[in-house]
Amino acid sequence: MFRVIASKMIVPNMHLLTLAAPAVAREAKPGQFVILRAEEEGERVPLSLSDWDAQSGTITVVFMSIGSTTGRLALLAPGASIPTVVGPLGNATEIENYGTVVCVCGCYGIGSIFPIALALKRKGNRIITIMEARSSYLFYWEERLEAISDKIIHITRDGTKGHRGHVGRLPEILRGLEEPVDRIIANGCTFLMKRTSDETRPLGIKTMVSLNPIMIDGTGMCGVCRVTVGSVTRFACVHGPDFDAHQVDWEELLQRRKTYMPEEVVPLRTSRCEERHFRSQEGKS
Amino acid sequence: MSDPEKKTLDLRRREMPKQPPEVRRYNFNEVALGYSAESAVEEAKRCIQCKKPLCIPNCPVEINIPAFIKSIAERDFIGAVRILKDKNCLPAVCGRVCPQEEQCEKTCVFHKKGGQIAIGRLERFLADWEAQQRELEMPEILPSSGRKVAIVGGGPAGLTVAGDLIKLGHKVTVFEALHRMGGVLIYGIPEFRLPKVIVTREVEYLRKLGVELVTDFVVGKTRSIDSILEEFDAVFVGSGAGLPWFMEIPGENLNGVYSANEYLTRLNLMKGFLFPKYHTPVKSHRRVAVVGGGNVAMDCARSALRLGAESRIIYRRSREELPARLEEVENAEEEGVIFDFLTLPLRYIGDENGWVKAIECQKMELGEPDASGRRKPIPIEGSEVIYPLDAVVCAIGNSPNPLIGATTPGLKIGKKGNIEADEKTGATSREKVWAGGDVVTGAATVILAMGAGRFAARSIHEYLSSL
Ligand SMILES: Cc1cc2nc3c(=O)[nH]c(=O)nc-3n(C[C@H](O)[C@H](O)[C@H](O)COP(=O)(O)OP(=O)(O)OC[C@H]3O[C@@H](n4cnc5c(N)ncnc54)[C@H](O)[C@@H]3O)c2cc1C
Ligand SMILES: Cc1cc2nc3c(=O)[nH]c(=O)nc-3n(C[C@H](O)[C@H](O)[C@H](O)COP(=O)(O)OP(=O)(O)OC[C@H]3O[C@@H](n4cnc5c(N)ncnc54)[C@H](O)[C@@H]3O)c2cc1C
Ligand code: SF4
Ligand code: SF4
Ligand code: FES
Repeated sequence: MFRVIASKMIVPNMHLLTLAAPAVAREAKPGQFVILRAEEEGERVPLSLSDWDAQSGTITVVFMSIGSTTGRLALLAPGASIPTVVGPLGNATEIENYGTVVCVCGCYGIGSIFPIALALKRKGNRIITIMEARSSYLFYWEERLEAISDKIIHITRDGTKGHRGHVGRLPEILRGLEEPVDRIIANGCTFLMKRTSDETRPLGIKTMVSLNPIMIDGTGMCGVCRVTVGSVTRFACVHGPDFDAHQVDWEELLQRRKTYMPEEVVPLRTSRCEERHFRSQEGKS
Repeated sequence: MSDPEKKTLDLRRREMPKQPPEVRRYNFNEVALGYSAESAVEEAKRCIQCKKPLCIPNCPVEINIPAFIKSIAERDFIGAVRILKDKNCLPAVCGRVCPQEEQCEKTCVFHKKGGQIAIGRLERFLADWEAQQRELEMPEILPSSGRKVAIVGGGPAGLTVAGDLIKLGHKVTVFEALHRMGGVLIYGIPEFRLPKVIVTREVEYLRKLGVELVTDFVVGKTRSIDSILEEFDAVFVGSGAGLPWFMEIPGENLNGVYSANEYLTRLNLMKGFLFPKYHTPVKSHRRVAVVGGGNVAMDCARSALRLGAESRIIYRRSREELPARLEEVENAEEEGVIFDFLTLPLRYIGDENGWVKAIECQKMELGEPDASGRRKPIPIEGSEVIYPLDAVVCAIGNSPNPLIGATTPGLKIGKKGNIEADEKTGATSREKVWAGGDVVTGAATVILAMGAGRFAARSIHEYLSSL
């Protein structure tokens, strides 16, 4: 069992969870993820590592509460335990001295890009962080990112902070920079990553994304996480999760992510009380 | 016993009751129900106790078959269990899934005349009988050697090594990537063929013997073999053949196209058939095609049937070449799985939303035997057919996961991604590292994995004793 050290809603619907997982904390590298289960009957869900501390043996994930598992994770209080935390999975993000790197992030990606940006900074890169959200009150970890960024730019749908709009404004923001950009890294929801990719392809700037297809085992055993990159099938959990954005078949990824849409709403509609009833009838299994 | 040679041979194999096909195709409960004590004793009495029993050498773990059968005939079930467990630590599993017809039962003297002794069924009976007794007999455990062994993978190979070495006084830790021990026995083989309580029982037994079981631990990711060797005296790698193959034909990434591993893992490990009580969703499909002809394909097709779908097997050779166990093929046929032999998938056809809606296949005919000795299927021009469906399960094979090889410098890897290990000892190219089971042989059988584990355990023990 893995103990919850801290649990907090940091902005509406966005949660931070710190867990005791010393073996994972010891090996974690920027860009890797864990798979966890919220309870014995639970699903296995992948979440990126946003922070870790090898000394205290803890890891931190940031997630949006959208479905049954993230919903349950959001309700955990410090002292509670969950049955599975396995990792660190996937390959670490490539960290080199590229020159100037733009880190585009939104949603949970604001958390997961932090360790990547930090490592890139330490490697001597100039870091320009572009944060996107619906509204200014949905930004978090701003001080953390400010501390390691040479420049920080905000985009909000409602214009309450920085540029108004969404990541589609990327080209003009990049044009406005006084320096050439050597690499772009995008973390967050599929929409944000795809749009970033669409916008940077014509500019010819190498863009890396951290893909988030459906996963089960995270070790290359089930193949559900397959994505097409440069017309070859790759398993995101073992060959990724980072891929060259301009090579990704985004339509396929978006379509594959929808596979269980109709089913995922069932547990949300099933109240816990009904479930308990179900369980007592099923005593045998 | 009287002189066995003089006895007239009783060729009537005692039948084992099964759930009738029309009932079982709607549930996930075990198909075969097992012998009663009476039937077991009757069956055991048929064995003529050969002086040079031909059954034994064809059992990969060399169980003293006549001896345990004799004890059953004498109703000494405890004695029989002891003989069995001396060589096989997972009898309830082997009695159910061993390809007995190809092994021990094939060389039984009765085989030529028909009516070979039902060794597997007797084995299963004993294991189940023992499980019903209130107190399990605990084996003797030698005093601590002070040596530590790490085992990678909680499948039959790894569990066998663990069981053997703990009894010899070594400290044993098993590291398993998934959240449950058992390997394919837990995530692959379905409940209706191997109830998960049986696997759990065997795993709990090892825990009681003192084996430390660590789940959620991916060796090569959570910790490398080199780092493990700083703390342990030896490592056994039994990580199986878990990497699924696809056909590499158009449309394979459409929604509704699964690998057998995904399909079975959702159902077995994640208990998707109990959704939404268990939270991992399983789609309900109307028409499912399973591509392949092995045990894995049969398991997928029979699972699809139980989830309410029309289920068909698409196999490129003919019925004679099916690699699955005959018993499972017959079970599948009885339950209503449709078989399309001599049929090769060419492409999957999707609808406008990216869901598979049909499969296009080509009919084949059998030509000359190929390298495997089986007649080679040759496409028949212009014989393309299209089947409408809403899911496809690809069950054409697996190979070892490259993770351990990629993260263990100096570990020799063969052409097919398998770890190279000595057949007799399991020794690899790396000092202090042994390997066995599917990771060495490629996808094979439970009993061969256990046999490899047994050899490796012996070799590891010799090594530890020499330190
Ligand atoms: C490598 C990897 C890293 C990831 N890292 C993170 C992370 O750090 N933080 C995080 O919040 N998520 C992350 N995700 C996504 C996360 O795994 C899913 O959001 C999660 O599985 C949802 O689980 P659930 O049971 O709560 O929802 P489900 O009940 O499984 O899903 C509910 C419904 O929402 C849809 N859905 C799923 N994900 C999203 C999404 N992101 N946006 C909109 N709709 C969605 C699903 O299709 C489904 O229909 C990552 C995914 C991968 C593969
Ligand atoms: C659906 C299906 C049906 C089958 N039916 C039969 C049958 O009827 N009869 C029969 O004899 N055989 C059958 N087999 C084959 C049989 O199950 C295998 O040959 C046998 O399980 C191999 O045992 P193993 O211990 O080598 O590997 P596995 O059982 O594959 O176990 C390996 C374990 O190692 C774990 N692992 C992998 N990598 C790592 C890592 N890096 N770190 C930690 N853990 C790791 C895996 O999660 C897994 O639990 C079937 C197989 C399948 C898939
Ligand atoms: S372990 Fe398998 S081969 Fe050996 S006796 Fe039992 S059923 Fe036969
Ligand atoms: S070969 Fe058959 S009859 Fe002879 S001892 Fe073995 S099981 Fe009995
Ligand atoms: S999650 Fe199963 S292979 Fe990637």
